[in-house]
Amino acid sequence: MNFPTIAFYVFAAVTVLSALAVITVKNSVHAALSLVLSFFSTACLWILLQAEFLGLVLVLVYVGAVMVLFLFVVMMLDINTESIREGFARYVPVGLLVAAAMATEMVLLIVARPHAQGLAVADPAQTAHLSNTAWLSQALFSQYTLPFEIAALILTVAVVAAILLTLRRREGVKSQNPGEQVRVRAADRVRIVKMESSQPAVQSPDVDAPEKAP
Amino acid sequence: MITLDHYLVLGAILFSIGVAGIVINRKNIIILLMSIELMLLAVNINFVAFSRFLGDAAGQVFVFFILTVAAAESAIGLAILVTLFRNRRDINVAKIDDLKG
Repeated sequence: MNFPTIAFYVFAAVTVLSALAVITVKNSVHAALSLVLSFFSTACLWILLQAEFLGLVLVLVYVGAVMVLFLFVVMMLDINTESIREGFARYVPVGLLVAAAMATEMVLLIVARPHAQGLAVADPAQTAHLSNTAWLSQALFSQYTLPFEIAALILTVAVVAAILLTLRRREGVKSQNPGEQVRVRAADRVRIVKMESSQPAVQSPDVDAPEKAP
Repeated sequence: MITLDHYLVLGAILFSIGVAGIVINRKNIIILLMSIELMLLAVNINFVAFSRFLGDAAGQVFVFFILTVAAAESAIGLAILVTLFRNRRDINVAKIDDLKG
């Protein structure tokens, strides 16, 4: 057993154990942290596979952004763990049964498959004298340009949707409405009143009659 | 020697753990979302492994897109969760039956 194989087994064991912790621990914060560990060791596995770019993206996007979002939400919500945990013991046998059946079936499929490739082909990135990132980006920006832009669109829509969903309009808050400010016209602010420019002189005893304005 | 089968078996085990998590924690919607992330991770492991062992960039590009969509999905899911909690003060999945489905 050479060193990469040992590393693979260590990373795989950490991944599986932390994934088990995710679905069994009581505290949701601990579950989120276990999921972070699971993602991190998976990233190590991908780097072991010479997929460095995706490994780093997994750490940056998942550990850095998505799991922090999860932790935010878990800590922000005041969750009553007692009512949520009820029925846990009742569902464990069913869950184990389903999981064991699925795992057995999938492993059987993998084992029964005709073994065409025992060895990995030479790393195509290395044979082309490229880094994994350059190799991936060449495919991404030539063959898959349209999906790439659609992915950007999906992210934009997701941002707008997430903000709109959580936006809360409170009563009694004094804030500016730029739309209304821009739409306003002079007639809404100033009222021009037509009236006589002169009025009949007021009779006062000690002042001469005032001159009439033109 | 690490073969493709190692990675496929690991992916199968992770996927099964994700399914078991959905069955076991059917009250806690946060753990449900995390189990879905686990299943997506298992699929991604398979994609990366196949991409490497078949020498094809398409698998890794696909993982890139899966990561994008999964991030969007969890962001919207958590936003819905926050709105739900704000309206009901509770996130017990069993009690969310307003639609009587």
